[in-house]
Amino acid sequence: MKKYYLGIDLGSTTSKAVIIDEEDRIIGRGITNTRANYTVATEIARLEAIYNARFTILKMKLDDEIQTKPEYRRYINDVESLFQYIQFKRRLDRLNIKFRDIIATSIKNELKETISGYIEGIVKSIGPAILEEYLNHNLGAKNQFFRDMISEKYNKAVTSLGKEFFEPMMLVYDKSITEVENELTEYDFRELVYQSMELLNDKYAGVGETSPEESSVSFDSELNLLKGNFKQVYDSLKGHISFVANMDIHITNMVGTGYGRALLPFPEKSIRSEILCHAFGAHAIFPKTKTVLDIGGQDTKAIQVDSHGLVTSFFMNDRCAAGCGRYLGYIADEFGISLNELGPLAMEATNEVNICSTCTVFAAAEIRELLNVGQKRQDILAGLHRAIVMRAMSLLARSGGVRNEFTFTGGVSRNQAVSKYVSELVRQSYGEDIKINIHPDSIFMGALGGALFARRTQ
Amino acid sequence: MTKDVVKEKSMIIQKEMITRIFKDLSTAKETGKKVVYTFVPGNISELILSFDMLPVYPEINALQSGMRKKSGGFILDAEKHGHSEDVCTYVKCDVGMMINGNIGPTGEKIPDPDLLLLSYTGCFTFMKWFETLERLYPGVPVALLHTPYQEGHKITPEMTSYMVKQLKEEVIPKMEKVSGNKYSEEKLKMQLVNSSKVEDYIIKIFDTTKHRPSPIDAYFAGVYYIGPINIGFRGTPGAVTYYEELYKEILLRIEKGLGPITPEGVIEEERFRLVVEGPPNWTHFREFWKLFYDMGAVIVASSYTKVGGVYDMGFRVNPDKPLESLAKYCMNCYTNLSLQQRVELLSKCITEYHADGFLVNSIKSCNSFSAGQLMIMQQLEKQLEIPVGFIESDLVDPRYFSYSNIKNRLESFFQMLEQRKYILKK
Repeated sequence: MKKYYLGIDLGSTTSKAVIIDEEDRIIGRGITNTRANYTVATEIARLEAIYNARFTILKMKLDDEIQTKPEYRRYINDVESLFQYIQFKRRLDRLNIKFRDIIATSIKNELKETISGYIEGIVKSIGPAILEEYLNHNLGAKNQFFRDMISEKYNKAVTSLGKEFFEPMMLVYDKSITEVENELTEYDFRELVYQSMELLNDKYAGVGETSPEESSVSFDSELNLLKGNFKQVYDSLKGHISFVANMDIHITNMVGTGYGRALLPFPEKSIRSEILCHAFGAHAIFPKTKTVLDIGGQDTKAIQVDSHGLVTSFFMNDRCAAGCGRYLGYIADEFGISLNELGPLAMEATNEVNICSTCTVFAAAEIRELLNVGQKRQDILAGLHRAIVMRAMSLLARSGGVRNEFTFTGGVSRNQAVSKYVSELVRQSYGEDIKINIHPDSIFMGALGGALFARRTQ
Repeated sequence: MTKDVVKEKSMIIQKEMITRIFKDLSTAKETGKKVVYTFVPGNISELILSFDMLPVYPEINALQSGMRKKSGGFILDAEKHGHSEDVCTYVKCDVGMMINGNIGPTGEKIPDPDLLLLSYTGCFTFMKWFETLERLYPGVPVALLHTPYQEGHKITPEMTSYMVKQLKEEVIPKMEKVSGNKYSEEKLKMQLVNSSKVEDYIIKIFDTTKHRPSPIDAYFAGVYYIGPINIGFRGTPGAVTYYEELYKEILLRIEKGLGPITPEGVIEEERFRLVVEGPPNWTHFREFWKLFYDMGAVIVASSYTKVGGVYDMGFRVNPDKPLESLAKYCMNCYTNLSLQQRVELLSKCITEYHADGFLVNSIKSCNSFSAGQLMIMQQLEKQLEIPVGFIESDLVDPRYFSYSNIKNRLESFFQMLEQRKYILKK
């Protein structure tokens, strides 16, 4: 039987899981932002990583076919995307039930009917809108969290209602969302895959029936190939899908890391510091890494590693969270936008503002002041992003500076504006020759490091 | 780890010494003994004692207050009196203690100073500290002993004669005036004979960490071991007896192959050998220590135990040259060494005591220790290719001891050492 290894990274904001095989290849990734408790978070991330691993194994099995027939790859990716949609939809159904419970218990009688009506309307509109994004806009590849997807649409709908409904609407939302988000549900992989395939059949059958202008399904060659032979692809994949659905993904060993690691039901030898894991993960992906900067939810770490990926020294921010993911979350709240919108908005800046306060709380006051004097949001945001990177630069300097190659990891590295300033300032201070590595899977580096340790210490 | 902690004879002796000195202090007014406040680094206690006066060390009072969980309140009281948040917390704790009646660790009142002996060895805050005390005790005379910093990495004859001149023209005349006694070189020489014996013992004691397992922890237990020379017994026969006994006990531990004693018993497995730079945290001293001994981490050398005198590089007092000896002793204190000298000293400790790692405990409110620590750390890392770690806390301000942050960093540091051992062995 093949051996697989699991790394779990329980961060302050998100929990991540990575599964690797015997050759250190990443075959599964899972991520959740649930704050229920670390046991639930671990399970959610682990299950997601296992579903993801089944798809990866499927693609590996079909490698030859995929090379020659691009529509196979497309088909599997689409199935995986819809697989996520179905999970989303089931959660949405649970949320809807919860909404009704809360309305019954927490809303004044005279408002019950109106609130029910509004909420029903919102739920009805969310389902198809999200399906559309999964089906045609590759939402599945974006690691979006249930809460974020719902809240964006829910908040928008609430702001269009009368002010008097704001409080009861938000009360219902707040009381329902966390509970549903924290529920642990294990899905039947095969059942969800078949449901996804059914949904896809409808999609492919419909390709080309409307003109590209009228349809949200944009024309592309792989899709066009599928239109003609999706039934054939479906038939030939069925056997393989059954195989991966039934296969036992045996986790031989696992290692936990991150802030919640002490709470994991793992033996002591299976718990590693996130500093070591991030460094090891970064080193595995970029073997020439000498300096790692990891910006996570609540801390920033500057780590120096040797040629074996061993940590020689590290520095972390102390007593202040400015410059971490939470700072960005706070800023997003101040601007009333989602975390995902921060980076792109900052990238639109034309005249970056100089922000003096790197204290999370004081920065809010400074933002208001700057908005009052008419500064543009984009310019302020750019200044804020630059300010937090300046703090990281100071930490890097204290840790002994940046050595070639430099790898940037952690959830915050997904923010384009942060990445831009990190690259700029690192090159400015340490030379144009520094090679800067930022991997799309940066957020998973800690979990990857854990999985790598698991394989080495079995 | 065995739970029964048997108090060793040296511990009992030290406890008696502490009780005695605070008793003497509390009755000073009745016995007519004069009281001199002075600092631990460069504490020329032999001279004070030769005038039959009693020394008081405000840093010791502050750290004792920290260990007794009283410093937080004292610091707040000092802040109410206008001392900023950034001021050295030893100063604020000391000021707060005075405002609150100056009650010492044994519950007895510490008498007001008759003389402030300001020997500011490597720490410029000392000057401001005693200026504050001067205001709190109006009219108290101040004797200033300016110790030149070892800027050129050595002590020159000019520096020594400058110090001796100050002793002769400033310190001794003021001591004569305050105590009413004449300076007696013979008496001072006798004290220095004892000091020199103690210095030899101290070197031998801290050198026992060469053994595996190390029989002592040179930081957490080390701060107790340096107690007698820093709380008023430098140059006394009592100190000689204490160190003689302590050394005997340690030799016995080596014979039995025992590791260091902790509040929870003997460390049974020595997993990591560390050299630590910087003072410990006093407000959470036990918890802080536990983070180390739970992991089997033993400190084989620390710079803090050299704060009241550095003897590793060959310096000893010479009773035949009493004033010169006092001068050189002051100039040789750890915080008066140049950064290069500190790197050399620590490097010697790391190499000779076979340390696996070097750790800095950076103190938020201590400038004399914190300045240059990063440079020291980076140089040692580069020169010796030793893993290094950095944690932050404070001397006696409980607000700056973040248990979870320190634990998180230490765990990472220990795992880093372990991983290194494991991979390098392979």
